Amino acid sequence: MRNAHSSPPIVQAHGLWKRFGALTVLKGVDLEVAEKQLVFIIGPSGSGKSTLLRCLNRLETPDDGAITIDGINLLSPKTDINKARQRIGMVFQSFNLYPHMTARQNVTLALRKVLGRGKEEADIAARHALDRVGLGERMDHFPAQLSGGQQQRVAIARAIALEPRVMLFDEPTSALDPELVGGVLSVMRELRESGMTMVVVSHEMAFARAAADTVIFMADGEKLEEGPPAQIFEQPQHERTRSFIRQIDRH
Amino acid sequence: MTGFENFAFSFLNMKVMAQYLPQIAQGFVLTVWLAVLIVVAGLASGLALALVRSFGIRPLNWLIIFVVDLFRALPPLVIIVLLFFGLPAAGLGLSGFAATWLSLTLVLMAFSEEIFWAGLTSVHKGQWEASRSTGLTFTQTLRHVVVPQALRITIPPLTNRTIAITKGTALGSVVGVSEILGASQSAMSFSANPSPLMLGAIAYLVLFIPVVAFGRWVESRFAWKR
Repeated sequence: MRNAHSSPPIVQAHGLWKRFGALTVLKGVDLEVAEKQLVFIIGPSGSGKSTLLRCLNRLETPDDGAITIDGINLLSPKTDINKARQRIGMVFQSFNLYPHMTARQNVTLALRKVLGRGKEEADIAARHALDRVGLGERMDHFPAQLSGGQQQRVAIARAIALEPRVMLFDEPTSALDPELVGGVLSVMRELRESGMTMVVVSHEMAFARAAADTVIFMADGEKLEEGPPAQIFEQPQHERTRSFIRQIDRH
Repeated sequence: MTGFENFAFSFLNMKVMAQYLPQIAQGFVLTVWLAVLIVVAGLASGLALALVRSFGIRPLNWLIIFVVDLFRALPPLVIIVLLFFGLPAAGLGLSGFAATWLSLTLVLMAFSEEIFWAGLTSVHKGQWEASRSTGLTFTQTLRHVVVPQALRITIPPLTNRTIAITKGTALGSVVGVSEILGASQSAMSFSANPSPLMLGAIAYLVLFIPVVAFGRWVESRFAWKR
């Protein structure tokens, strides 16, 4: 574990509550992520893990609680959320590439419109980001001309090109055919090696075992258990964690 | 005279056609002008209304929906007649041309707003989220991500609606606009022969077949590379 407790957490979320109508999805969840750490969130569907992640860049606004990311109070009305989001990259289950733009244009849009970079400068940054995910050769392909795994890697390039301080992954491999998962995971592993702070919601348990600093198990809108992967996977304290891991491992 | 000769004399009378060709050509030019002005103003105002509606300001949206439903419900001819005969009573006289233009523009605005709106809402929520998550504002997302996708989806229904509305320029003949149908009808009265009507029909084909072909070209031009 690197830098486990040496620096103040870059992500600090406290007492997050979120309700959708009659359904309470988050029930006072806390989350802390230290710089350069990879925090992995697991749990059955409907446990609130994706909602928690989406609160961290305010795609969902929690009903109660506090979130500070890289020193920015994310829930303050005074915070320029568009500015804050430049420092928080997000990768989605369904890739969400812009279908009317090439891979390069997908990456350069925010570079140009948000960071105000010139065309050439943005193109160089896009080339660099796409090279990093192994798709420099596919710069001028449209999303529909790329496989799912390639699309997800372009989506990762789109996020990392903005040089975020934190990357959020919302089930990045769940929509992929099994043979395409590896390519995405190896890009994520490279990001982690390079010191990116990451919060990952996923069912890729082998990846969690190998790459996570901390694994969090969520159920019914609560964080039931948190610890290093060895502890969560080998000696889970909570019965629900045990049965969840048994179920997943059987597959 | 045989039956065909009778038909040819009445409907394909070259002498009459030649005589009234200049008037119908003028009607043709007027129809083109009217149609272009309707299409430009109608589509632009329809898109503008749909964009305003996307900001979700509730009282404003109720107003937009009311106006749109009103002009989708009223027959275009009723609107033309109301504007042409009704507005002078309110002290605002419109020429037949202006009344026809305004009426059909409002109808195209209403229909195209609904089409644009359907296009905007059909863009997947994930597109908004991806764009906003990289720091683009609502307006930037609308402009660079959502509208380009919405426009591609809307091109086929918009083409159809645009053709339907521009054919409605023939309604201008009711309020004295000498567009193709109006010019053909006066020529028919003067010559006491319906051949100018055939000429008018030919003029409509000459006008609209290229428009339909253009619509097809636009549809294929804006299809995504797949």
